[in-house]
Amino acid sequence: MSNYSEKYEAVVGLEVHAQLLTKSKLFCGDDASFGALPNTHVSPIVLAHPGTLPKLNKDAIALAVRMGLACNCTIERKNYFARKHYFYPDLPKGYQLSQHTTPICVGGFVKIKTAAGERNIQLNRIHMEEDAGKSMHDQDEQYSVVDYNRAGVPLIEIVSEPDLHSGDEAAAYLTEIRKLVRTLNVCDGNMEEGSLRCDANISIRLKGDPKLGTKVEIKNLNSIRFLKKAIDHEVMRMIEMKEKGETILQQTRGFNPDTETTFAIRTKEDADDYRYMADPDLPPFVITDEFIADIQASLPELSEQKKERFMQQYGLPAYDAGLLSEDVELAAYFEDAAKAITAYKQIANWLLGPVKSVLNEEGKEINQLTLTPQQLAAVIQLVEEGKVSHTMAVQKLFPALLQSTNGSSAEQLAQELNLLQERNEDALQQLIEEVLSSMPQKVTEYKKGKKGLLGLFVGEVMKKSKGKADPKLLNQLVTEKLAN
Amino acid sequence: MYPFASINAYQQQLFAGTTSCKEAVEFYLQQIERQEHLNALVAVFPQEARQRAELLDAKRKAGTSTGKLHGVVVTIKDVIAWEQHPLSASSNILKGFHSIYNSTAVQKLVAEDAIIIGINNCDEFAMGSSNEKSAFGPVRNKIDESRVPGGSSGGSAVAVQAHLCMVSLGSDTGGSVRQPADFCGIVGVKPTYGRVSRHGLIAYGSSFDQIGILANNVEDAALVLSVIAGEDEYDATVSTLPVPSYAEELTSASTKPVIGYFKQTLQHEGLDEEIRSSHLAFIAQLKQDGYQVKELEFDLIDYIVPTYYVLTTAEASSNLSRFDGVRYGYQATPVKEELTEFYSANRSEGFGKEVQRRIMLGTFVLSAGYYDAYYTKAQQVRRKLFEQTKLVFSEVDVLLMPVSPSTAFKIGEKNSNPVEMYLADIYTVFANLVGIPGLSIPLFQHSNGLPFGLQMMTKHFDEVSLLRLAHTFMQTYKAG
Repeated sequence: MSNYSEKYEAVVGLEVHAQLLTKSKLFCGDDASFGALPNTHVSPIVLAHPGTLPKLNKDAIALAVRMGLACNCTIERKNYFARKHYFYPDLPKGYQLSQHTTPICVGGFVKIKTAAGERNIQLNRIHMEEDAGKSMHDQDEQYSVVDYNRAGVPLIEIVSEPDLHSGDEAAAYLTEIRKLVRTLNVCDGNMEEGSLRCDANISIRLKGDPKLGTKVEIKNLNSIRFLKKAIDHEVMRMIEMKEKGETILQQTRGFNPDTETTFAIRTKEDADDYRYMADPDLPPFVITDEFIADIQASLPELSEQKKERFMQQYGLPAYDAGLLSEDVELAAYFEDAAKAITAYKQIANWLLGPVKSVLNEEGKEINQLTLTPQQLAAVIQLVEEGKVSHTMAVQKLFPALLQSTNGSSAEQLAQELNLLQERNEDALQQLIEEVLSSMPQKVTEYKKGKKGLLGLFVGEVMKKSKGKADPKLLNQLVTEKLAN
Repeated sequence: MYPFASINAYQQQLFAGTTSCKEAVEFYLQQIERQEHLNALVAVFPQEARQRAELLDAKRKAGTSTGKLHGVVVTIKDVIAWEQHPLSASSNILKGFHSIYNSTAVQKLVAEDAIIIGINNCDEFAMGSSNEKSAFGPVRNKIDESRVPGGSSGGSAVAVQAHLCMVSLGSDTGGSVRQPADFCGIVGVKPTYGRVSRHGLIAYGSSFDQIGILANNVEDAALVLSVIAGEDEYDATVSTLPVPSYAEELTSASTKPVIGYFKQTLQHEGLDEEIRSSHLAFIAQLKQDGYQVKELEFDLIDYIVPTYYVLTTAEASSNLSRFDGVRYGYQATPVKEELTEFYSANRSEGFGKEVQRRIMLGTFVLSAGYYDAYYTKAQQVRRKLFEQTKLVFSEVDVLLMPVSPSTAFKIGEKNSNPVEMYLADIYTVFANLVGIPGLSIPLFQHSNGLPFGLQMMTKHFDEVSLLRLAHTFMQTYKAG
């Protein structure tokens, strides 16, 4: 639903936080992994004990640049971290180290696909910062408790321009971001564990109005579905308010997944003053051309690039190329098979047809399949050469190969299963003779013009051949015979 | 061996068997007890020091290799972390707190066989120039107990002055090592910013702070510096330059350095007349002794104190945010349930007035609407000073200056006007603003009976030249 109303347009910008897949935290050696017992991945540095200092983890910079390059951003060469000051129990130092004011990646865009087509969503920036600890208010009757394991874990914040106009678009955008971070191995993209988190800034305006309306921020949307629902609900809420002549307040809101509605957390009366200051404990760091070139060279092919290449190199239609390139493993399987045979379109058909349905049925990934790309190619080759019919290949040979453990080739197996097609014209001619002579009346009807009977003759011969006749050849021979 | 002369002489006696670490520790423990009223120490560790002394004595007698500071009895300022020992910045907000890790400086001292005997009183969070702003009460100057020892490393200076230890570690953000050395008649060295790791030093102004050394003589300071200096994986701002053997370099051959001084520093109206004339006489003496001495212009002199206070209070307001009573430190009772009240009560009751004054100043200069007028402007002045410093040291090798405009003043004398106290930092904040090394040597005696020092500075990381000339001056010109 991108058209909420004839009158109003929704304007949405997303702030996506992604935890970087580094071994240790952004400014100290503590383990950055998720799921440990509370307060076990902590050191005097993370707990901000007196006298401790930060030291930058270079791996995080490489991951941030990786994401930036994949999103077509400009990489800032001279970088520093600023201190963003506020008091909260889960923020040990009383300030968060952030590049909020000077992001490492500037501009760029992410391509999304919705029912309305493809569109580039403009990014404002991607910057690095450290995560805070986790406050919990439901663990103890009397106290709030804090787990500092997450404090200091490196994040990138991917900030879009207010360039999205619906819950659907926002969902497509976040889906694309998640795919990107996973393909790039920058973040595990796990929204349930909070390694990928999303805040949405939402406003509405009259269509054609260049000015942005009052903004509401919805915090902590932890699934793509909730993101869509929260935006849809919030936009409708705002439109209703406008229509009733009510004033929309600048607010921070939350989303209740049970009622699928949003609720006010706090109303911003004046802007917070975070007193940003360059951190004197961390010298500025410079990103060199070589550093960027190395990362550029190590980038995996992104699905969009792969799709283009599959269309060019293998002549696949956009639809097939798109589906194959979505899944890194499936695309690799395709390319392995394409090394063995040139019937590229047939390989795509097989992968997206019979292979996909087996995977779906068994809940497997392509790399869990015992069938090798070479074996699959051999099956397709048998069909292409007319040695096995397509139907037999799909229904008998393929399942048999999936079960086969003795490593026999596709052709051997086809032989064993008696699936090789009858291409001996003499043998076929004899069968045709037998069938036609047993149905003289039908032959006469055919010759008088009832051409639809051809299928009956062919079917009868096929029965006699026990399904092994090459249907193309058979068709041709029967037609010739009847023409005489 | 007592009175103590130098680390070198003491260690020779140790190896000759005429004294022992145990004997040294007993002597200093006795001194500490006798001089308790000076209030120079906030914690003493008699049993631990004795045990360590016995261990070191046994180690030396067994012929095992010994460290550079073998048996040296040390005290450390209450802002330097020592694992499992109290660390309070002489503030109520950290009363009872014990560090759970070692600062790099302490770790290096201990690795070289030093014996840490106690922890020095100081101005709260190293903010002050008189050591009157401590939660443990003021420190007294041994020469005149009604007077301040200077600050903020006043306890460290008095510990050395009154023979409560052989050397002490202090910290210097705007003169906190050099000025108390000046008031107490001892040697105080502030190394180049980045020469000594700040890991484990409670931050006041992160881009100004350096651990410094208070000692009886230049040799001892040089030896300790060679131990605590050097790169450190826990401090991103520390230099990776190799560390020279400063003590050995003191007597190495060199040509006479070119000496300079800023005309404006000696013309300054706040400067004590006798300190001025002593400096002018000293400069005349140097010329007479064949030194080339250049008079230099320094028209930014009136900007340095305001610049220093804008930048250090800004950094302090940020650095001290971590003291909130959540994870450690003082919690006001009964504990406030509302979060803002909780922070407010903990910090208002935990921090002393001078610390609160600086936090509020710093918060103000970083606030939206004032940021550019104060913080940004002060940073611009700092850059100008940096450029000027480069020019200065392209003309001269060593810069001379007074340390303080006056000798040690009476306890309570300057408490009514904080700005007056701030302005007295005029000669010491320059080295911290630009990051160069500086030291104070006790060359002079005032007619009021109090000592005062000569401040010397060189370009960044030229401690070798600095210490060598200081050593020469002490040998040649030290009165008495």
